[in-house]
Amino acid sequence: MADKRMTEADVVAELSDGLTIGIGGWGSRRKPMSIVRAIVRSDLEDLTIVSYGGPDVGMLCASKQARKVVYGFVSLDSIALEPHFRAARQRGTIEAMEFDEGMLQWGLHAAAMRVSFLPCRAGLGSAVMEINPQLRTVTSPYDGEELVAMPALPLDVAIVHANRADARGNAQYLGPDWYYDNVFCMAAKKAFVSCERIVDTDDFRREGSEQTLKISRMYVDGVIEAPFGAHFTHCIPDYDRDEAFQREYAASAADDDAWAAFRSKYIDVSEEDYRRVAVGR
Amino acid sequence: MSAGEGPSRAEVCVVACAEAWRGDGELLASPIGTIPTIAVRLAAMTFEPDLLYTDGDAQLLGAPLPVGAPPDTPKLVEGWLPFGHFFPIAWSGKRHVMMGASQVDRFGNQNIACIGPWERPKAQLLGMRGAPGNTVNHPTSYWVPQHTTRVFVERVDCVSGVGYDRAAAAGPSATRFHEIRVVVTNLAVLDFQTPDHAMRLRSVHPDVTVNDVVAKTGFPLASPDDVPTTRAPTVEDLRLIRDVIDPQQLRDTEVPP
Repeated sequence: MADKRMTEADVVAELSDGLTIGIGGWGSRRKPMSIVRAIVRSDLEDLTIVSYGGPDVGMLCASKQARKVVYGFVSLDSIALEPHFRAARQRGTIEAMEFDEGMLQWGLHAAAMRVSFLPCRAGLGSAVMEINPQLRTVTSPYDGEELVAMPALPLDVAIVHANRADARGNAQYLGPDWYYDNVFCMAAKKAFVSCERIVDTDDFRREGSEQTLKISRMYVDGVIEAPFGAHFTHCIPDYDRDEAFQREYAASAADDDAWAAFRSKYIDVSEEDYRRVAVGR
Repeated sequence: MSAGEGPSRAEVCVVACAEAWRGDGELLASPIGTIPTIAVRLAAMTFEPDLLYTDGDAQLLGAPLPVGAPPDTPKLVEGWLPFGHFFPIAWSGKRHVMMGASQVDRFGNQNIACIGPWERPKAQLLGMRGAPGNTVNHPTSYWVPQHTTRVFVERVDCVSGVGYDRAAAAGPSATRFHEIRVVVTNLAVLDFQTPDHAMRLRSVHPDVTVNDVVAKTGFPLASPDDVPTTRAPTVEDLRLIRDVIDPQQLRDTEVPP
């Protein structure tokens, strides 16, 4: 029986320059931040990030490791605009691929199901068709309707954060929404799940019903126990968003010095130190 | 504030936004912003009792919750709406959203993505969000808390939500389910009920003149000879807004008194 337990550093060791990485969660909600921080500490570069974007995208823009971002929005929720992402877009330092947020999950579904596209109405008439000149429409062979052929968005790697997981890679979501974490994993060649706590498979049913088991181990290559691994984004019901910390993070976009200070205090540190300095304040 | 006082501008806006959902019956009403959120709950408690709406997250509420209520407030939950269920609902058409707009033009094209050229924006905003998909799949309205020529522009910098001219140019698949119902602002209610679907002044709020609205709109605005005044809140509307739905007066943060 496979034991897939590993650390954030092990995940980074599996990555290489130029990969396309999908990141689960939504905005500033249940992002796999401990893995994102480990990536920021590494010398990986030239990454393509696919995300319902929040501080994951922001940090990888600030660290200049994201060459390209594929998104429908990037937001910190309670702070509407992600300041690092904003700065990168306004300076022209990242390549952007922007879709309607429904199109984004449709492209992930297409990749998961190994078809080159899925049809949708979303996108027609909007600037999405112009800013993505590679987008094509398709005419239905059944009723002649012309629809957008949303291309598959295959991922090299997916990283997501769950409430619980077992050592085999089954992941449990105890909050109100698992977003598209399962689809990100299914669209990727390799998927890594961090979680608040690794539990015995036998304990899942004590935590929640079988309907909370949203990701199957057959799509998972590694499991990382990361208490407060989503901090400062929320990981309901384990913890809420740390709004004070999020404000401090947002302020780190003021200038290069502010980012350097934030980075040395909160990112270039061990996870134990992060929990002590950032979570235990 | 007692129910005896006359309506504030914010309260007029709540009622004007609520009216956007009149006649919608049993579908998902999605408000973005504080005043639209109060408005959906008011509509559901008065003339549209069958509307569905959420707590702002993944729970469908069976009875209105005050806006700004702490997370541990008891609530009646009648359903579950995680994002995995959300796009199938939106794309099925059983939804009417009221979104914000950083810019909106004469034919209802809306921009929330960026100011300046998309390739390298002067100001990056939220991004497309769901606006392209919303506008071609189900009715969409807009809420603009500050009616200015910066928002009401001749041409939007980036088309997130699709307006009537762009939908027509994109063809029958884009127009099939397309409807921009109304644009509600702190000054007026606007719609597109003209032969060419150009924006029209539907009503002005009490104490606002047609000229006020025209001066703050950056394109020629169709307006009938006699522009009606926006419906005033009833005594019951004011009671529900003040005592039940928004006792913290969060509405005043969006439209100050």
